[in-house]
Amino acid sequence: MQDLDFLEAQSVYILREAYKLLGRLGMLWSIGKDSTVMLWLAQKAFFGHCPFPLIHVDTSYKIPEMITYRDKVAAELGLDLIVHGNREALATGMGPQAGRLECCKALKTEALQQVVRKYAFDGLIVGARRDEEGSRSKERVFSERNAADEWDYTRQPPELWDQFKTDFPKGHHIRVHPILHWNEIDVWRYIRREGIPIIGLYFARDGERYRSLGCAPCTGKIKSEAASLDAIIAELEATTVSERAGRAQDQEDPHAMQKLRKAGYM
Amino acid sequence: MGKGADPLKLVVAGHVDHGKSSVIGRLLHDTHSLPQGTVDRVKRIARETGKDFEFAYLLDALEEEQKQGVTIDITRLQFRTQKREYIIIDAPGHKEFLKNMVSGAADAEAAFLVIDAARGVEEQSKRHACMLSLLGIRQICLIVNKMDLIAYDEARFTAIKEGMNAFLASLGLMARDAIPFSALRGDNVLEPSPLMPWHKGHTLIQTLDDLEAARRPDQAALRFPVQDVYKFDERRIIAGRIESGTLRAGDEIVIHPGGKKTRVRSLAFWRTEDEKTEVRAGESVGIIVEDEFFNQRGEVISHAERPPLITRSFRASVFWLGKKPLRRGNRYKLKIATRAVEVVVEEIFGVIDSSTLALDNRAQELSLNDVAEVELGSQEALALDLFADCRALGRFVLVEGYDVAGGGVITADLSEEAAPDGFAHGELKARCEIFEEYHYNVKEKEIKKSRRAPEVYTLGDALPLSGKSYAYPDFFDIVVMRDRIAVSVREGKVTDIIPLEEYRYGGLPVLNGRGFAFLVRSGADWERCREEFTDARPKDEAALSARWLHFGAFRSIPFADGDWEI
Repeated sequence: MQDLDFLEAQSVYILREAYKLLGRLGMLWSIGKDSTVMLWLAQKAFFGHCPFPLIHVDTSYKIPEMITYRDKVAAELGLDLIVHGNREALATGMGPQAGRLECCKALKTEALQQVVRKYAFDGLIVGARRDEEGSRSKERVFSERNAADEWDYTRQPPELWDQFKTDFPKGHHIRVHPILHWNEIDVWRYIRREGIPIIGLYFARDGERYRSLGCAPCTGKIKSEAASLDAIIAELEATTVSERAGRAQDQEDPHAMQKLRKAGYM
Repeated sequence: MGKGADPLKLVVAGHVDHGKSSVIGRLLHDTHSLPQGTVDRVKRIARETGKDFEFAYLLDALEEEQKQGVTIDITRLQFRTQKREYIIIDAPGHKEFLKNMVSGAADAEAAFLVIDAARGVEEQSKRHACMLSLLGIRQICLIVNKMDLIAYDEARFTAIKEGMNAFLASLGLMARDAIPFSALRGDNVLEPSPLMPWHKGHTLIQTLDDLEAARRPDQAALRFPVQDVYKFDERRIIAGRIESGTLRAGDEIVIHPGGKKTRVRSLAFWRTEDEKTEVRAGESVGIIVEDEFFNQRGEVISHAERPPLITRSFRASVFWLGKKPLRRGNRYKLKIATRAVEVVVEEIFGVIDSSTLALDNRAQELSLNDVAEVELGSQEALALDLFADCRALGRFVLVEGYDVAGGGVITADLSEEAAPDGFAHGELKARCEIFEEYHYNVKEKEIKKSRRAPEVYTLGDALPLSGKSYAYPDFFDIVVMRDRIAVSVREGKVTDIIPLEEYRYGGLPVLNGRGFAFLVRSGADWERCREEFTDARPKDEAALSARWLHFGAFRSIPFADGDWEI
């Protein structure tokens, strides 16, 4: 069991480094548990404030409850929220029928690129965790993306002693990963300890729940009776099934996520 | 901080192809730590690409890594035994990826050094050991993998162990443990292998659980580097992380390097549930101070007692990962804790080949993967510590262009005021550290050194011959080998300071510049001792010291509750 105080302290440190050292900064908020924890951590880091906008990349295929929940929370907290979809791709009928990876590329990767250009972001705060899947385990805390938003994972610079990459050419941007060192179960233990409000889709109804949230056509539920935080934590302590087993795009190719992420996917 | 311990961070290092990833893959497999379906999925990939399954594929997630069978970048993964949790860092062993190895090893508390039983110690085995030493990692265990390839031969295992231990000794390190192992066959993972009944030591899992976790330095001197200053509302909050020590509301503090003093009015929090009046090492905090000076990122807050060093010039052990060589006179951006400042390389004292430890005294530049002792200087005063005193304020990275190109640890303050005690007579000068006080801090369980304000002694000066941890006789000689000077002490006073070449052994005790006695009984002994030290390379120093020096002749290491203030 990792010490939650330490996880929190490290994430707060990373968020403060990003805020001080990168220029225009935005934080991706997918409504899921990880980015909701990040929003909470930002409020801890900045004493009740969130000094940068949140970004939701809306593919139009999201589970409908996510959108309702998003708008409710944004209004309650008075968040500066940017909602962006790749309208050109949607206009041509882009969807999972075109191929899952094609769809992810157009509606998530390209949509994200459009946001980065439109707002000239120097830094994007993303809730990736090393334990999610293999290519994320190779990530740096401050990870550079070139002018084409590509991740050159074979030539990452050294990152040691919390001295992060803050020097980069104009037009590149940095993906900041404040919860890279957290595990799935830590996220849930922290939500329970802090009493963080979380979307209801994670809690079991009729013997099923979502373990990971995404687009409705590509996100499966798992069989579960876990209807409370305690039950979810107990379930995770016992499981040997990986978190993203319900995410169809990951199964398309043994290295699907690596390829998506190289091209700029979150 | 409470509630659950931090996982112990372990880096697995060693030469390329010696099987680092396989060792970890085997450990995860045998302890049932892998998600369901992982082994099946990896076996499927291996079959589809026409290869035999290897435990390494469980870790090498990138397509390029699996295709080439080589780890490119570090993988961090978590793993649990019955005793505790671990973060295991799989470091690449290829020379080309040393920068990734350093990234992975930088914050590790312990290291497994994997050595191929058939191929023995190779270049990167040594280079990695050298880097581990530089990064301050003291717990090293040898895993001699692929014992199946040498028919589980004890003699070969012992030879490898002793060879590597000799190299580690020259770095001032010693392996805690050595395990004959086979990742492929699964020998000595959880249970002692029946194929190696001669091995009476630990299995891999026992070795792992036997490691000591680093403790947070919350008893040490307060170091609170300013990260940022916020004014989101009516509060003006100084934000940062406590790197060492403990800070309480109401404490008087000093802000370095300017030296302004103020008091902590209160600690700042978002939610009332989080409020407290004391914060410790490792915590990210905000404070509100009584006097609103202009504060900025990079300043260091301490208590008035035990301040950091304030200097513009220091000596450091540096490792270089840059493509362009580091040369004397080059300028770099130095980042230390939250401070970023331009420094110039004032001096290169000698470049060490990290795989042989051969010292090149004439080398005037560091190439990729070299290690050296250098002097760095800054136009601005810096608040810092020696690495031995405070890790967070004693280590730094150097940035060239857009990338971190090197790093280092601070070994000495070179400012004028920091000069050590010395002996001087005309042109003859020598450093003198015989009056340094040693103690064993029982809280931190570490041996520490402290010293008074420096003084220079010349002919006729009386010496302070007894301290808290030393008692010297009234008649003895001091030989400072590195400055090639001998000093005679008679009736407690300095009576002569001469070049080493003119010194003759006269039957009195001979001490080195740190107050350790030379084990010599005759003029012949002395001549041999002097010759060996004169010809020594840096890597020989530990062995030579063991042969010729006796620490306890006039010195002791008393126990102390905390650190001594002298």
